[in-house]
Amino acid sequence: MSLSFQDLILTLHRYWGAQGCVILQPYDMEMGAGTFHPATVLRSLGPDPWRAAYVQPCRRPTDGRYGENPNRLGHYYQYQVVLKPSPNDLQQLYLGSLAEIGIDPLKHDIRFVEDDWESPTLGAWGLGWEVWCDGMEVTQFTYFQQVGGFECKPVTGELTYGLERLAMYIQGVDNVFDLKFNDAGVSYGDVFLENERQMSAYNFEVADTQTLFDLFRKAASECERCLEAKLPIPAYEQAIKASHVFNTLQARGVISVAERQAYIGRVRDLAKAACGAWLERAA
Amino acid sequence: MAGACRLMADFLLELRSEEIPARMQAKARNDLARLFAECTAEAGLATGPMETFSSPRRLVLIARDVADATQVSREEVKGPRTSAPPQALEGFLRKTGLAKDQLEDRDGVYFAVIERAGRPAAEILGDIVKRIVVDFPWPKSMRWGSGDLRWVRPLHGIVAMLGEEIVPVEIDGIASGAMTVGHRFHHPGAITVGGASDYAQKLRACHVIVDQEERERIIREGAAAAANSAGLQLLEDEGLVVENAGLTEWPVPLPGRFDDDYLDVPREVIVLTMRTNQKYFACTNDQGLLAPAFVCVANVAAKDEGAAIVEGNKRVLAARLADARFFWEQDLKVPLEEQAKKLSGIVFHEKLGTVADKVERVAKLARWLVESGVVQADADQVERAARLAKADLVTGMVGEFPELQGVIGGYLAAAQGEPQGVADAIRDHYGTPSAPISVAVSLADKLDTICAFFGIDLKPTGSKDPFALRRAAIGSIETIITNGLRLGLTEAVRGSLAIRAGQVSEATAAHRLDSTADELLAFFADRLKVQQREAGVRHDLIDAVFALGGEDDLVRLLARVNALQQFIRTEDGADLLTAYKRAANILKKEKWVGPQVMSSADEHGIPQTGEEDPLVLVDDPIVGQAVAEMASGEVGAELPEEKALIAALDAAESKAVAAVEAEDFTGAMAALANLRRPIDDFFDHVTVNDPDAAKREHRLNLLMRFRDAVNQVADFSKIEG
Repeated sequence: MSLSFQDLILTLHRYWGAQGCVILQPYDMEMGAGTFHPATVLRSLGPDPWRAAYVQPCRRPTDGRYGENPNRLGHYYQYQVVLKPSPNDLQQLYLGSLAEIGIDPLKHDIRFVEDDWESPTLGAWGLGWEVWCDGMEVTQFTYFQQVGGFECKPVTGELTYGLERLAMYIQGVDNVFDLKFNDAGVSYGDVFLENERQMSAYNFEVADTQTLFDLFRKAASECERCLEAKLPIPAYEQAIKASHVFNTLQARGVISVAERQAYIGRVRDLAKAACGAWLERAA
Repeated sequence: MAGACRLMADFLLELRSEEIPARMQAKARNDLARLFAECTAEAGLATGPMETFSSPRRLVLIARDVADATQVSREEVKGPRTSAPPQALEGFLRKTGLAKDQLEDRDGVYFAVIERAGRPAAEILGDIVKRIVVDFPWPKSMRWGSGDLRWVRPLHGIVAMLGEEIVPVEIDGIASGAMTVGHRFHHPGAITVGGASDYAQKLRACHVIVDQEERERIIREGAAAAANSAGLQLLEDEGLVVENAGLTEWPVPLPGRFDDDYLDVPREVIVLTMRTNQKYFACTNDQGLLAPAFVCVANVAAKDEGAAIVEGNKRVLAARLADARFFWEQDLKVPLEEQAKKLSGIVFHEKLGTVADKVERVAKLARWLVESGVVQADADQVERAARLAKADLVTGMVGEFPELQGVIGGYLAAAQGEPQGVADAIRDHYGTPSAPISVAVSLADKLDTICAFFGIDLKPTGSKDPFALRRAAIGSIETIITNGLRLGLTEAVRGSLAIRAGQVSEATAAHRLDSTADELLAFFADRLKVQQREAGVRHDLIDAVFALGGEDDLVRLLARVNALQQFIRTEDGADLLTAYKRAANILKKEKWVGPQVMSSADEHGIPQTGEEDPLVLVDDPIVGQAVAEMASGEVGAELPEEKALIAALDAAESKAVAAVEAEDFTGAMAALANLRRPIDDFFDHVTVNDPDAAKREHRLNLLMRFRDAVNQVADFSKIEG
């Protein structure tokens, strides 16, 4: 029997826990990708070794489809693994995790397809691949080169599994809401369908744009206050907050193409300053 | 040959890494061959032919017949005099690496004799491998782990063997050896190779086909066979063949199908999503229509013959197509006219307003192109097409597939009942179309982009052309020429600038109109030269016609240029050009500017502003006639050659003018050809610089008349050679 959604997570936890990763719980803030978690961004900077794995809910307001699209969600989960320095056998370890969740590489077509990763809002980039399983992207695999505009030395290897896609694949399901969440008859839709409907309505129709613009400004200025107080972690949290508010503003369609760059630049400056402060403090 | 008795062996180098991007492999093979050839040549190591191979996980070089050592060499270097200051000697010792007592003193001059023993090839090759790895020019490279080495992706192994011997080298902790690995899943363990001789075979036994060309062949033929087996034709795509060969070590083409329902989605969308997102080949049926089928290329000989892989790929494709269809259905519901309204929310450029502003300008300009007779089409349909042309930019479909801008708009327009000509214009306006409505919209769009950016002084400079204005200009030129559009560029450019000026309040916009129009014409002239270079048209001839001024009708201009090019290839033409240059040189040397009008009037004379024709201002008809006669050279002609030239000019001028008027440029050239004999005779028998000032003046005027007559057809001074 194929793994339920929650057993998939538990299997990955056990596997990566055995590789010396600390198994963290999701960060308690809204963010667009597991990469934004301080356990990835801040810990990838500086010389200290670090291994962590965690699930992170990702909020992508513009991707919401009121629960009507079988593949798109405004809120979904990523399974994030970071290993620093990246070990020589990282690909092997990763393939080991696929075997663990039931993917036989002699029955399926596993491929590493070039996909360079860049996060303009984090001032970060790395080289790597999207990993394909029978033509489906199941994981983003990246060797970080820069984060917050700073060189990563040593290099962190980052694996980001798209949990819903992976689970759909393993369970042979075509609609994300039909996923078995557990083995006791609860589906993904039972847990999240109403959530998708309401959050789509909020993000696309209801969210008050004036309030959001205001929140953006406040988060940015709070970030700057924290930087002055030499507190990189709360400063970085405010940068994450600003980033999420910006994403919601985009979903509301009130940010023009020209303004978009300016907002991204603002968030990047905040994130970079927080990363700089983190490095200074660590030094 | 010195090397004939030496021992030779084949050299094998395999650089094994994590997956190399497919698109980088061809260049990497070339770079590897080039670097190896450079390094061996520099070291004096003789090698035979080379071959390079690549797969996702390895970059390989095999060099045949590598000498086992370099030859012994002896070199004498002359040094300073023995009497030279000690610093000179020290410098020489440093340079040669010798001690003083190793130098020879030959008649008071030091000589160093440097003998180089032959270096063993293995030693040299070790150094070369190191240098290649360190210097390799990947388009993008990276670090990994705690190391400092850079490679395209983490480098894990080096096989370096000369014959059957390992060439020892260590780079950042990676030591060379004879061990490599086979296919990632079929043969994950280490394998030992014996050298270049068995390398490819050993790997083949371990499910790795090293030769990319063989993999390409398997994919090309296998994919076609897979399509045929389903009664279909493969939509051939060599780019996909190469890309899939770069993604696989053991390629297995597998056919699959998708649901017929998705065929409602525009064909381009289906092909594009299969190609770019999934690297699948598309298939067509026997009528050439897109079939609901694909061929994917797996990298594994799967246990179940690929059933699970095809099943998985089908589901992925279905999800992608469902997504595409969702957007398509959403987009179909919204009339393009409604979508166009949203363009006012998209900034075209911060100083040029929104895309809606641009659309407004393009609509006006396109309409003008029709109403002024440049394009024969229905003005209302042209304006309609222009107003809808950019509407697809806000559709979900173009959001997903930006490269299908225009194509999507065309499909939507047709589906929403727009006339076919309007739909075609929306589809084709980004290119260089030929249907009249499309031509008007396309040309207006490009002219507007160019003029608008020039208007705010954002012109291309050097290698920088961020708004692709050069490409837009070439596109405009091609559209004008291939469709034979009779368009005065000056008027069009001024019209475009004026439309734009109408949208802005700044008074400076109108003010800049004149200088901008001139810059634009020069820019178009420049692009025309680039565009015509491929057709073998000489840039100096284009200059010669442009220099006449007022010639801004590209079709006429090129006809003139072509006639000119034909003409100067003839003996008459070449000879006339020589005579022209001679006349022009004399006039230049004498600083001759024409009949001395001022001297013939009183001190206050005829007011000359420098721009108007002075003759216009001559009130007195007698003076006017006298001046005209002086210019014609008729007054004061004495010698028969002078008279003959005048007669020839009288005939040629009117013929040339009439021919130019009738756009018969070959005829105009023929008229000029009649001047050849008279001007040659004139130069042979008449002395221009006659001591008699009146004769000199007269003859200079005659030469000027000749020069000006030729210049009516083209400015021959711009012609090179």
